[in-house]
This record gives sequence, structure tokens and C-alpha cells, in this order.
Amino acid sequence: MDPGTAKPKQIFRIATAHGVSRPAAAIACIVLLGLVLLPTFAGRNLIQDLIFLFYMLALAQCWNLLAGYAGLISVGQQAFVGLGGYVLFALTLVAGLNPLLAIPVAGIVSAALALPTALIVFRLRGAYFAIGTWVVAEVYRLGFAQVKALGGGTGTSLTPSVTASVPGIEWIKTLLDVRTPAARDIASYWLALALVVGTLAFVYFLLRSRQGLALGAIRDREAAAASLGVDITSIKLAVYVATATMTGMIGALIYLQKARISPDAAFSVLDWTAYVIFITVIGGIGTIEGPIIGAVVFYLMQRYLADFGAWYLILLGTLGILVMLLAPRGLWGLLSRRYDLTLFPTRRRLETEPDE
Amino acid sequence: MIGLLDAIIQGILLGGLYALFATGLSLMFGVMRLVNLAHGDLIVLAAFVILAVTEKLGVDPFAAVLLAAPILFAIGFGLQHVLLNRTLGRDLLPPLLVTFGLSIIVQNGLLQMFSADSRRLRSGAIETASVSLGGDIAVGVVPLLTLVSAIAVIVALNFIFYRTSIGRAFRATSDDLDVAQLMGIDVNRTFAMAMGIAFVVIAIAALYLGLRANFDPTIGPARLLYAFEAVIIGGLGSFWGTLAGGIILGLAQTIGARIDPEWQILSGHLAFLLVLVIRPRGLFPRAID
Repeated sequence: MDPGTAKPKQIFRIATAHGVSRPAAAIACIVLLGLVLLPTFAGRNLIQDLIFLFYMLALAQCWNLLAGYAGLISVGQQAFVGLGGYVLFALTLVAGLNPLLAIPVAGIVSAALALPTALIVFRLRGAYFAIGTWVVAEVYRLGFAQVKALGGGTGTSLTPSVTASVPGIEWIKTLLDVRTPAARDIASYWLALALVVGTLAFVYFLLRSRQGLALGAIRDREAAAASLGVDITSIKLAVYVATATMTGMIGALIYLQKARISPDAAFSVLDWTAYVIFITVIGGIGTIEGPIIGAVVFYLMQRYLADFGAWYLILLGTLGILVMLLAPRGLWGLLSRRYDLTLFPTRRRLETEPDE
Repeated sequence: MIGLLDAIIQGILLGGLYALFATGLSLMFGVMRLVNLAHGDLIVLAAFVILAVTEKLGVDPFAAVLLAAPILFAIGFGLQHVLLNRTLGRDLLPPLLVTFGLSIIVQNGLLQMFSADSRRLRSGAIETASVSLGGDIAVGVVPLLTLVSAIAVIVALNFIFYRTSIGRAFRATSDDLDVAQLMGIDVNRTFAMAMGIAFVVIAIAALYLGLRANFDPTIGPARLLYAFEAVIIGGLGSFWGTLAGGIILGLAQTIGARIDPEWQILSGHLAFLLVLVIRPRGLFPRAID
């Protein structure tokens, strides 16, 4: 054969980083540093708003991993928010444990209860799974309403000695020269920041791993993933338990900050699932960037429109429906397609270059 | 002993109400594989429509439901045609999210229009009338009518499904959507008809919801869960199974409430989870999926 007509040999490489993702990583580090140092100059209102933004974002990342990647559309994640909160209250009020220790324990308890829960709800598929998880969350709510030691149906509050016993509050008071309530908020702020960064890092590195490849395949088409040897059930179970763990820890932190818990609030489908679903879907489901954008949009709406009460919720519901019908990949989907952007490079792309 | 017998009879009658809640959901799932998270809120919406008709025209709720049914049929037909048909496809998320959004819109819309006050449908003497069954047991006329209506609705739906041409279209789209389309069935219109009929069932369910107890805009999601539990306990694909599921749920709640009034709802949920553990496909399954 004439060598001149042979196809030139090509070298194939698998790459993830792409375009703006390297500068984006540098910017992310600077933003993170800024957020860590923020309490030294920001006012208390901004700190409190950001705590709210952080835990909604962390919850949205968990739900996104669950629904956007593993295909487990749960309407019952409030079960683990409430469980985490109640475990924190039980451990600190009844057992006298330090709140900082109670947060990881809340995660462990959530994981331990997520396993038997999964055995039941995994018998339901698709949309029925969604309502099944909601029933389980209701069982948790009604169950905790029966626990008289934690206030039964009306709930209970953390004593000031518990909320003041978070380590570092004294240190923050002297370092930043603030009063105890402000120092409590700053401690919660740093905890929330650590948790949201931890959640983001977990999701990011999970998606870049071998299991992440399998999850992406499940997201794109479950049957095809199964035919390529992905063990669907065990991956879904692992994701369910992992997100329950993180959601439980976030719930513990939320109720440490709120210092008051009741079954109706802690297991609220609106607060801990509906909002989280709208954040994820409006931002863009099945991407890491989407929930971040969604959380910022949601925070701005909450800040400026929440006073309109029922109208605000009608608007939120309408926006969710419109996004789902007109732009199912969310705001981030629109942006990333138009400008070919990737901030968190989790997608593997095949690059070719001719052999010299 | 009389107490237990009484609880069983009341539980079966309560099951009639849950079967009415569940039949609409079962119909939507059966024909278009749609799981409607707004179902409970739509029942509450229908109750407010009936209330508005009774107040505006000064008629009895039983007459008002006859006027409200065509309105609700039209709402259901339009909702499916304009909105929900766009969400159906391979992906599960769009129908779930759109009906979830709808649930929030309906709930808060009702809150705006009718406030959070508890309301009730009034129908004079029939509300408190009861029939003695001998011994110390008596049953209310309204609970009895609820169960009779549930059975009548199921008989009527089975007639529509197995004896009419639109019913044949329902069964065809349910069995195989693609082949049904190839055979010239207008799927969008078929689905819209099914939703319209489901809304008439919702209107009947709402009548008894409003006659039996107080309602307010926030009680929808709990009704969705009862309806869903009845469908799953009974097994997918059979209206009679749904009736059985409703009755089992009603029995579990009533017997639980006799042990401790706070356990009523919880025992219903636990009975549902128990069935799920023992018989994941429900007690009388017919459809696969």
C-alpha cells in the first residue's frame, strides 16, 4: 500500500479540564478565601443570609447528586434534615454532648436509618419512589411528634448553655471583638461554609472518579449503563446513603443555628425539599454549577420577594414549571451551551492530535 | 368486641373516601403513566369550587357537584392538553416537577382566594343522619353514601374502559403508546379526555371530603399520600384493587386511632410500608410497571 495515502496515526487522550475551567479554579480559590475572611468586615445580616444560602446550596448539591445523577427523584429528603436536627437536639439536650461532635454523629445516625429506609422505598420505582420517600418522611415526622422528651408535637429549644458551648466562640469574641450572639453566627457561618465546601468537594471528586463515570452513564441512560456492566442497584444505594449522611449533617447544623425545633418545621416538605428541587432545576439539574446558580437566584428571590407570601410561592412554582418545559437544562444549561463553559470539569472528553 | 366491630365498620366506610381519592390517581397512572403530585391539592380545589357554587347559587352540595363536574371536566381536559401532555416522555422528572409546581400554585392560589380558614360543605339533616345496624352500632348516612359512590364510580369507570370506544383508546394507549398512535389514536386528545374524567372523579371525592370534615387549602398533600397509599396497597392497574387498598388504609387508620388518637395517620402509613415489605407489587396487582 502506498504509505502516502495511509491515514496518519493519531494520539487519543482523555481530558477533563476545558477552556475556562483552569482560571475558574483559581478564581474559586480566591472567592473561597474571601468568604473565609468575610466575617472580619461584614455585618451580621449578611452573615446570616449567607448561612441560609450555604445550607440551601449544600442541600441542593445532595439532591442533585441523588436525582440528577443517580435518577433517584426523592420528595422526602426532609426526613434526613429533620432527623439530623432532632439527633443534634437529643444528643446535646439529653446526653450533654458537644454540638460540634453531635453534627457528625447526626450524619452517622442518618446513614444508619437510610439503609433500612432504602430497603423499603427501593421497592418502588420512578415516580412511585418519589411519593414513597415522602411517606417515610411523614412517618419520621409523626414519630418524632411522639417523643415527649423532645417536646412532642410542639417541639423544643436548645438551652443557651448548649448554643454557647460550640468551641471557638470565646476565641471569635476576642479575635473579632464581637458579642456572643454575633460570635455564634460567625461560628455557624464557618461551619456552614466548611460543610458546603466539603459537599462540593465530595460531589466533584466523586464525579471525577470511576464511580462518577458510572453515575454519569446512569444519568444519561440507565439501561445502556447496566448493559456495560454498571452495578446500578449498589451505586444507587451508595448514593442514597451518602446523600442521607450529608443531608443529616446539614440538618444538624441548620437546627444548631436555629436553636429551636418542631416536627412540622423540621420535616417540612416545602422548606427542605420543594425549595431545594426548584434551586436545582432552575439552576440546571445534572451539573455541579447548576445548583450554585440556582441557590443564588433563589436567595435573591427569597430576599426581595418573600414578603409577598403566597404570591411569591405561586411565582416560584410557575418559574419551576416554565424552566422545566422551556429550558429543561436550567439557567446553567443555557449559559454553558452558548459560551461552551465548564467550571467544574467532570465530563471526560476525547481529544485527538495527529502524531508528529 | 362491639368496639372492635364498630371500628371495622367505620374503617371500611372511611376506606370508601380514600378509594375515591385514589381512583382518580389510579386512572391517570393507568392511562398516561402520570403520577400527579398535585392530586391532593386538586381535590381541595374541587371542594372549593363546589363550595363557591353552593354559596353563589344557594344550592345543596349534591346539586352543586352536578354543576361543578362539567367545569372541572373542562379544567382537567385543558390542563392535560395545554400543560401535562408536554411533560410526558421517557424522562420522569418533567411530569413530577410540573405537578409539584402545580401543587404549590394551587395551594397558594386557594390561600389567596379563600384564606386559610377551615370550611365545610353544608347539606342540612343528612350530615348528621345515621342508620342503626342493631346492637349499639350505627353508621352515618354520609359515610355510607361515600362508600356506595366509590363503588358506583368504579362500576362506571369499568364500563367506560371496557364497553366504550374512548375506553378502548384508554386501554390501547395504556398497553402500548406507539402502536396506539400507529392505529390512528389521537393520544393528546385521549389523555385530555382521561384527565377530564379523572377530574369528575375528583369532584365526587371533593364532595364527600367537604361533607365529612373541615377542609382548608393546606390539607392537599396529606390526601395525595392517602390516595397514593391506597393505589399501591391495592396493586397497580385495577380499580377494584384500589378500592380494597382504600379500605385497608381506612381500617388501619381507624383501628390505630382506637388504640391512641394520635396514631391514626401513623398507623395508616405503617400499614402501607408493611404491605410494601411483604408484597412490593401490592395485594391485587394487574399492571406491570
